[in-house]
Amino acid sequence: MVYLTRLEHFNAAHKLFNPDWSKEQNEEVFGVCANENWHGHNFDLYVTVKGIPDLGTGFVYDVKKLSTLVKLHVIDKLDHKNLNLDVDFMQNKMCSTENLAIAIWEQIVPHLPENVTLHCIKLCETARIYVEYYG
Amino acid sequence: MLNNKVAVFRREHFNAAHRLNNPDWTVEENKRVFGLCNNDNYHGHNYDLEVKVVGVPNPSTGYVLDMKWLSELIKVEILNKFDHKNLNLDTVEFATVNPSAENIAIVIYGLLRAKLDTSLDLKIRLYETERNFVEYPA
Repeated sequence: MVYLTRLEHFNAAHKLFNPDWSKEQNEEVFGVCANENWHGHNFDLYVTVKGIPDLGTGFVYDVKKLSTLVKLHVIDKLDHKNLNLDVDFMQNKMCSTENLAIAIWEQIVPHLPENVTLHCIKLCETARIYVEYYG
Repeated sequence: MLNNKVAVFRREHFNAAHRLNNPDWTVEENKRVFGLCNNDNYHGHNYDLEVKVVGVPNPSTGYVLDMKWLSELIKVEILNKFDHKNLNLDTVEFATVNPSAENIAIVIYGLLRAKLDTSLDLKIRLYETERNFVEYPA
């Protein structure tokens, strides 16, 4: 089994805010991340697939195709956007990095060929904070 | 003869939302010039800030300046104002100034310059992303 990873980037605004809570409760739980006018990050997204290298190409998966797929179904929807307002697959969800990683997984999986398995979505919100989702 | 000036650097970071927009232009012109950076609902960055201070080390301390003091100055003058904020909506500095990386660097320079001793030289380097960064003064 070989693991292949593609790194992509997107720059986005977001806030952590539960609409069912008061402003005070949101600030108590989320601190500065609850700023009602949003803040932002340069997100680094690592998409890892796994499989057996094809005998003809030596590839687990053509990484150019993986990049195109991720750009079309994820990056184009997230980059230079407001994650709370502009992203259809994040509507009615808390816009945490955890939930975003899960949602990104769900965006990618349906578009992979049968012989390629999505292994991990690693989403770095900052250099010090990142999440991993294994499905 | 060797110049006995030394440059000291402090790195900090802040995470902020912004958009690039000229209110004197039409919507179409803003989109044409600023592209994705003009998104009505803002986008954001992890900004990495490098503050460079140049001076002669004090013979008593060996310091150009106390880096803990510089860190606190940056926190008070810059991070408390910009971190986890919307630069267009939440800051007085960018209420009427387009928050491009260039203008942010100029603003940061002005805020720190006012508090630093005149014997010290100051330069700001601001990374908007890993690939795009600005320096002021050039």
